[in-house]
Amino acid sequence: MSKKDIGLLILILVVGTVVAIINPLFLSPINLANTANLVGLFGIFAIGQAFVIITGGIELSVGSVIALIGVLFVDLMVNFEMAWPLALVLMIVLGVVIGLAHGLLITRLHLQPFIVTLCGLLIYRGAARFYTEDATAGFGFGLSFPTLEWLTTNRFFGVPHSFIAMTVIAACMWVVLHRSVFGRHLFAVGKNEEAARYSGIATGKVIVSAYVICGVLTAISAIFFAMYTRSISPSSHGNFYELYAIAAAVLGGCSLRGGEGSIIGVVLGAVLLQVLQNLVNLLGIPSSLNFAVTGSVILIGVLADTQFSSYRERKLATKGATPRQPQAP
Amino acid sequence: MMAEPFLSLNGIAKSYPGVVALDGISLAVSGGEVIGLVGENGAGKSTLMKVLGGVIQPSAGTIILDGQELQRLDVASAIEAGISFVHQELNLFENLDVTANILIGREPLCGGLLHLVDRRKSRALVEPLLSLIGADFKPETLVSSMSIAQRQMLEIAKALSQRARLVIMDEPTSSLTLAETDRLMEVIAGLKRDGVAVIFISHRLSELAQCADRVVVLRDGRMVGELQKQEISHASMIKLMIGRELKSLYTPPAQPFGDIVFEIDKVETTAYPGRPVSLSVRRGEILGLAGLIGSGRTEIARTACCIDPLIGGSVRVNGQPLRLETPSDAIDQGIFLVPEDRKRFGLLLDLSIAENIALPSLVDYAAYGLVKVTEIFALAERQRARLDIKASSIATEVGTLSGGNQQKVVLGKWLSRDPRVLICDEPTRGIDVGAKQEIYAMLRRLADSGVAIIMISSDMEEVIGISDRIAVMHEGQISGLLDRDEFSEHNVLLLAVGGTLH
Repeated sequence: MSKKDIGLLILILVVGTVVAIINPLFLSPINLANTANLVGLFGIFAIGQAFVIITGGIELSVGSVIALIGVLFVDLMVNFEMAWPLALVLMIVLGVVIGLAHGLLITRLHLQPFIVTLCGLLIYRGAARFYTEDATAGFGFGLSFPTLEWLTTNRFFGVPHSFIAMTVIAACMWVVLHRSVFGRHLFAVGKNEEAARYSGIATGKVIVSAYVICGVLTAISAIFFAMYTRSISPSSHGNFYELYAIAAAVLGGCSLRGGEGSIIGVVLGAVLLQVLQNLVNLLGIPSSLNFAVTGSVILIGVLADTQFSSYRERKLATKGATPRQPQAP
Repeated sequence: MMAEPFLSLNGIAKSYPGVVALDGISLAVSGGEVIGLVGENGAGKSTLMKVLGGVIQPSAGTIILDGQELQRLDVASAIEAGISFVHQELNLFENLDVTANILIGREPLCGGLLHLVDRRKSRALVEPLLSLIGADFKPETLVSSMSIAQRQMLEIAKALSQRARLVIMDEPTSSLTLAETDRLMEVIAGLKRDGVAVIFISHRLSELAQCADRVVVLRDGRMVGELQKQEISHASMIKLMIGRELKSLYTPPAQPFGDIVFEIDKVETTAYPGRPVSLSVRRGEILGLAGLIGSGRTEIARTACCIDPLIGGSVRVNGQPLRLETPSDAIDQGIFLVPEDRKRFGLLLDLSIAENIALPSLVDYAAYGLVKVTEIFALAERQRARLDIKASSIATEVGTLSGGNQQKVVLGKWLSRDPRVLICDEPTRGIDVGAKQEIYAMLRRLADSGVAIIMISSDMEEVIGISDRIAVMHEGQISGLLDRDEFSEHNVLLLAVGGTLH
């Protein structure tokens, strides 16, 4: 774990302790399980976002993709009576296609990631609303998919499966990002795309892969969300989720300039965001203040981080100078 | 007759934790004199200039400015005193025009509270400055469309607009063509006539001999000598800089050249379509590629390594035409490029030496797509020892190394992959004399081990001193090939400007 990750962990523990002291319900198994479930749901797509941010890009369409895939998934199973494994695979393929489209538009046609994915945000939201004619898509009364429901919403010794899925995905992605050749190439492309190209790295493929990874992870989390909420109103489902993903990635040490970031950091970022949501509920803060609280804590966290690292640099600089000081008259 | 010094430094010292950057420097500057400042990288030139610019505060010594004794200068008082810089890395706003760049922060205003820029007055301020330096651009020319030489002229115009008494030029000619350098020399002579003092930092000794009244030599933060105009010579300056006589550069190859390995056959680049270039290099040969900046040398190198698309002709290795679509196609054939701008194209400055060296070879040091970290460290250690990269460890960030050591890291990237053809684009730009010698020796050792080397260089001394054969380019085409017995500054220059030898 890097110093940044440890700092974030300490912040989470401090916030958690404070909340637990004020309201002991925070540590109740049911509350912890609920929070863990949300960490799992949000963590999966935040990891995807991190890959894109490390390339120096951004993926703004996450929330809309979650809504679109959610309504399509429900519709395929309910109205087309498709077997759920097939629907699941189709949705993941759709995630791949969306990631591929964004990646190719960015690398081949040299559009800016912000613009491509902003248009994606608008298009997929519109598509989801049009497809359902703005009606809520959901599972009718009595309809059930035992295996799928067990997979997505059950608990294992109290730990929600969504959290376990996120842990497994995070472990795989940790290996990919921090131990694989692709991960090294990803960091290289994010730091200096031209130098990476001169070194023979197929920079286009690396960037497209990052968007595809993001698309797939977003699709997976979209299915978890669909099964968790069980009804999806296409105009509000997943709203602002891209911002949660970006916030988690940035809290976790990703630089929006690219080339920096860690999986552990992103997961911890997702944890902190959910603890904050929980805090608003448990401490009886009006829920209208929800965003304001989250925003303030992120701001303070990032501020503390930059201040602390510049303090550390100053301290290092003066430490280096000490052996020479006795020579001064 | 030289005027009284308006600025003098007495016993200026500056130390950083662990390093003494400047040690007892004394220097007097009078109006209308041109002072050359030389020294290896890290000799303290930039630190001294930063003291003059008020960016760095000296830890000891005094500065006397117009008879007033000061402990230090700050940026505002340096500007007030008329000290201006023409930076090595130019500080211009590319998106703005010439007028805006010259007057930035001091725009004449009109429209009262609206604070609009008075365009007519701006133009009236800028035009005389441009004619003073004989500029070939207009006040409304966009900086992004200007050549590096023109941008340097613009920096000088900007300095003059601030009523500069001292213009400090930090390696102004490092990216200029010969003709542009001559223009700069004229401008410096003009400044001198107008009583402006110039401090001219350069690694190009011949230019100093041409324009400086005296040359101050720095070594390890100390002034090790001063040469008056009549004493300025390559030998005397180099002797002071490195404290030893510079040997002749050329080392002949250890064995006769082998067969032709690498051929560029009627290759056309996007920069010069319709002008095919053909070149060939033999095993063990160093082919110098000379020419003016913009003559298409870099484009040929980039096209041969497939950084730029090949729009005509073919590239052959051992007689076999290559299918070049992506840079990795060239790399797989052992054709490597050491790019001109190592910071932009050669290195990841925030990453370690080990990560930079391993970057192109990661696939070879991986199992099932996972990187074998210990093997990469071993690889980086081998290259560090082989190239004598001076750093505390292979985990050191490349951005903190000196230019020479950074270039060695770029070389190390490729040497770890057994090059067949190595194309070096300005391999020693901005590198100190000692590291240059090491890189020359390394190129010769590589050639002797059977690598074919193409070395693009704008440094006449280097291209004549290192190459076994020289190809000269002029406006996108090869204007002539020279064998060693035909090497001379005159011949290379003649071909570079498009002349013919016979």
